[in-house]
Amino acid sequence: MITAERKPFDEIYEAVSKNGKILVLGCGSCVTVCMAGGEKEVQILANQIRLAAKEKGDTIDVTEHTIMRQCDREFYDEETAKKIREADLVLSIACGVGVQYCTEVFPDAVAVPGLNTKFYGANLEQGVWGERCAGCGQCVIASFGGLCPVARCSKSLLNGPCGGSSAGKCEVDPENIDCIWQLIYDRMEQLGRVDELEANQEIKDWSTARDGGPRKIVREDMKL
Amino acid sequence: MSKEPRIIAFCCHYCAFTAADLAGTMRQQYPSNVRIVRLPCTGKVDINMILEAFQAGADGVMVAGCEIGSCHFIHGNVRAVKRVAYAKTLVAETGINPERLEMYHIAASQGPLFAQRANEFTERITNLMNGTGTAEESESESGTVEANA
Repeated sequence: MITAERKPFDEIYEAVSKNGKILVLGCGSCVTVCMAGGEKEVQILANQIRLAAKEKGDTIDVTEHTIMRQCDREFYDEETAKKIREADLVLSIACGVGVQYCTEVFPDAVAVPGLNTKFYGANLEQGVWGERCAGCGQCVIASFGGLCPVARCSKSLLNGPCGGSSAGKCEVDPENIDCIWQLIYDRMEQLGRVDELEANQEIKDWSTARDGGPRKIVREDMKL
Repeated sequence: MSKEPRIIAFCCHYCAFTAADLAGTMRQQYPSNVRIVRLPCTGKVDINMILEAFQAGADGVMVAGCEIGSCHFIHGNVRAVKRVAYAKTLVAETGINPERLEMYHIAASQGPLFAQRANEFTERITNLMNGTGTAEESESESGTVEANA
């Protein structure tokens, strides 16, 4: 899933406080799962804005609404459209995709982000998420025992490890980052394939990743 | 003091609420401005309940649950401790003094302790409203006030 964290409240309040009527718009997919932008977080943020407005003497009319996915046109139903049109500002707590797509669907609306979008990650335990994929457009994990050195090595090395690997940890943050190359070697050994790591990996074609510019997927068979 | 502080106390049915009941039976005095909301467990306390209490005009919010290790639902009070700590940061972000929110642990048998905590918290809120001080030093160290059984 796409993971995100709420922006600092001061930053959010500064963005919304000059508007008389705002809509806090949540997203029911990835950011709900990572507890940053779902229905509950919409309620919390709306309540916080109301409380702050009361404390500071501002007048802000806050409406709450959550749709299943802000990155999909079909979920912007009539009720949502009405609420977006009635608001002076949409405070979207979807990922960066949802915030942008909201104004693509409603060009007259002004939407600002309430979250900082982080990474493609997995839920490691309740309340903890870790990065697992970098969306490089050319998946290589089959060569590495199913582990991704692009996303999980601080240097994205395909021929690791580097000299910063110590006791299975990465020198960038030994307390929090495992050296993925240690894990790759452990896994390949477990699979009886460690000899495959002798082969040098060729230079990766990064044009399929962000380096090739903004990307698009077109499925002609699915187009209407 | 300009006015009586309005205090909402979210109390666990199995401990603090029973303690409040016992306080009454024992004719212990505690301020009438402490309004109790009975919950099946403090694990039921939702951050939005706390925020909405402040929005509705509460001057202070106390959450009172079982002592650690005594929760009827095993971990409900531990979850409440974490949730109240997080709610304090959210409340502080809005400009409200987080000392207006506190978590207490009070066993069902501790009627006098409930009355004592209610009195202390009311005094704290009164002081904050009058600008004459912050939380009682004896309480403010850990952020969570443990009952001395």
